[in-house]
Amino acid sequence: MAEYQTEPLKCWQKAKELRNNYYKNYVTARDNGGLRWMGSAWAFDAVPAGLGKDVYCITGEPYGASCAFDKPLSAKFLKAAENFGFARDLCAYMRNYWGSILADEFAFGGKYPRADFGWSQHICCSHAKWYQNACELEGGNVPLFVVDVGAGAYPPFEPEMYEHRVKYVADQLMDGIEWLEKVTDRKYNDELFLEAAWNDIRSTNKWAEICMLNRAIPTPMDEKTIYSLYVFGVLQKSNGEFANFYDELYDEVKDRVNRGIAAVGNEKVRWMSDTQPPWGFLKIYRYMEMWGAVSVGSLYTYGLTGMWLYDEKNSDLKPRPLPPTKPRTREEACMMLADWHLSKPEYQHFYHPEYKTKMMDAIAKNWKCDGIILHYNRGCEGLSIGIAENRLGLIERGNKVMTYEGNMGDEQEFDETATINRIDIFLETLGLQKPTNLTEL
Amino acid sequence: MSTEKFKEWYENRHEYQRDWKKRTDGKIVGYFCTYVPEEIFYAFDVLPIRILGSHDVQDVTEPHLFAMFCPFCRDVLAQGLKGKYDYLDGIILAQSCLHLRQAFTSWDIHRNPGWSYFLPMPNHVQSPRAIPFLVGEYELLIKKLEDLTGKKITNSDLKMGINIMNSVRRVMKEIYEFRKQDYPPINGVESMYMTCSQFVTDAREWLPVAEDVKEELKIRKLERDPGKRLLLVGSENDEIEFIQMVETLGERESIGATVVIEEHCTTTRYFWDQVEESNSDPLTAIAKRYVSRTPCPSKDWPQRSRLQRILKFARDFKVDGAIVIQQKFCDPHEADIPFVLKFLEDNGIPTYFLEFDVTTAVGPFSIRVEAFLETLEAEDDLF
Repeated sequence: MAEYQTEPLKCWQKAKELRNNYYKNYVTARDNGGLRWMGSAWAFDAVPAGLGKDVYCITGEPYGASCAFDKPLSAKFLKAAENFGFARDLCAYMRNYWGSILADEFAFGGKYPRADFGWSQHICCSHAKWYQNACELEGGNVPLFVVDVGAGAYPPFEPEMYEHRVKYVADQLMDGIEWLEKVTDRKYNDELFLEAAWNDIRSTNKWAEICMLNRAIPTPMDEKTIYSLYVFGVLQKSNGEFANFYDELYDEVKDRVNRGIAAVGNEKVRWMSDTQPPWGFLKIYRYMEMWGAVSVGSLYTYGLTGMWLYDEKNSDLKPRPLPPTKPRTREEACMMLADWHLSKPEYQHFYHPEYKTKMMDAIAKNWKCDGIILHYNRGCEGLSIGIAENRLGLIERGNKVMTYEGNMGDEQEFDETATINRIDIFLETLGLQKPTNLTEL
Repeated sequence: MSTEKFKEWYENRHEYQRDWKKRTDGKIVGYFCTYVPEEIFYAFDVLPIRILGSHDVQDVTEPHLFAMFCPFCRDVLAQGLKGKYDYLDGIILAQSCLHLRQAFTSWDIHRNPGWSYFLPMPNHVQSPRAIPFLVGEYELLIKKLEDLTGKKITNSDLKMGINIMNSVRRVMKEIYEFRKQDYPPINGVESMYMTCSQFVTDAREWLPVAEDVKEELKIRKLERDPGKRLLLVGSENDEIEFIQMVETLGERESIGATVVIEEHCTTTRYFWDQVEESNSDPLTAIAKRYVSRTPCPSKDWPQRSRLQRILKFARDFKVDGAIVIQQKFCDPHEADIPFVLKFLEDNGIPTYFLEFDVTTAVGPFSIRVEAFLETLEAEDDLF
């Protein structure tokens, strides 16, 4: 018997349309003389926006996840990458992506749409190598610019944000603008850039505000739903339509909280996850919901797209406030974007697992989680870095933690039966009883 | 032969380092990657030593490091967790790969010697912005070292540090020149002992021995057929046992080989490039050197600049073939390897690929390397 009232999200259909249009726009960009670029989900996508309104991108991580969701297609792409000589333990998104190029097949139909240039960022060992190789696989004549964001942790994890660190990133953005003009032979439009930069900042701020609403009991959004919504921040956070959509979504989720609308009617236990899920097996989330266990989110879904600051004094995670004024010049926008993104929660753990443990513990406590399930994700070295220390640190702080091993983008590395068995035991330790009416997954 | 001293130091690194502390009352900082500027440590009169693995099977890292990360980082961390380096005064990592970063951070959490530092070495070394950024980072490192030592340093201290490290690099290159000979007077195992022993000793004590070796090599002749001349390329490699096996194959089989050059961070990536001593700003000079040295593949983008240097090595050292070595799970190298193999093959250099773990699979590797050498022989027959 459901304890809470539930209802579908009203903006769900709109989210689907926006996402479909995003990929369609990329494919058809050249039909009207537009440009296509490829890069990381964390790329400073506001910068190429200054090249014109007919410039579209494809970001590798969500594309890799989409490939992984279609298991037969993914198997084909992974095999193509392996046949080329790439190791099977490399990033699974990357291998799906390279495989898609090698197989000359686009996950959403048709031949692989080749990019005009690569524009990315680098913090994980694989980021720049991903597009270096993609440019080569796409024929070797695709120019590439990568911005290094490995400039150190953000306060409070460092005593201060040293100016030379922000400047390092901002100067690369400035260089990148000149480079974009050169490789596209287009005049750069600062007005478009300033608008996109502000869209980036407001969308990533708003996403954090939306996730704050998930502190409510019952939670208004389960994490499987969140996966379909956080994606706009990794598709193109500077996209005005996406930023506006987050404003609408915020209003709707707030309304759900006000009315006590639950994502899952029988919410009994709240848990949080970590790293990307095994995309081909999202049904494990629905399985847990049958027990009454709802994932309310994770540092991954909150912090990949959202901008937060860790409050050391109160052991809390709070949305980073919007800057007091919009940027007025190219230089200001580059500095503002650099500083804004260097505070990204998902960058901090690259420097020390303790930083991530603190932020995860803050989520566990403040979003009222009963347990934590860590995905030891063989598919992503960047988000699995330090995960074993996170486990130890979270247990030390009094959390109940379960782990399972898998791969976000390679189904061959996920053992469904063993994972379900682990989940059963873990949920029992959280005080739940296995439902007698469990349906087959 | 003085090369024996290199072996002794490498094999007895802990005894040497403990004794060094006792003799000098100095401080020792362990570093995890060759992007750490040793010059600055020598300027503070702090001994920088590189932490390498032991190549022994271990069972202590599993709770700390997810198994998908490379065996080298796990081996390194095991040294710390087992207390092998309890005499260190500090540890430091310069930003390189994520694998070693975990060894460093777990060490920091569980075995912190009281001083630890993460140096954000830029990844975008092909950007002009990397040098000023790195100078800024060196300034922060210097403040941190002031805390450790209670000292302040001057430009002349930095120049002294530069001089020490440049002397090391110079003599290593001079010794490597002997390996270009048709009958190299020094083999790959001895060369590896030479470079790796420098990681674990005080350069000021290592240098006179290296100078002696250089003099001895002028008249030394090895009573062996060098066989096929090999280039080793790839990840961190101090696989002495493997090189030993390769270089003694000829004693057991019909075909033998000598490793005449390597492109690893334990060898040429570490020492090939000098700091420009004429630069009046020593900190900038050091930064320039670390930004422009042969990069680790994790920093070798957007251009894959390593390839040309690898090819130059292959030609200058007249190699017959190349063995591309990768530490299992080493992502930066894995992303490069298909292109490295193709590049070498396209340039007429036969290649063979091997994946390494903590311990060396000498038996299976022996058969595989012998088979590779036989293919090189077959090519000789054809032409």
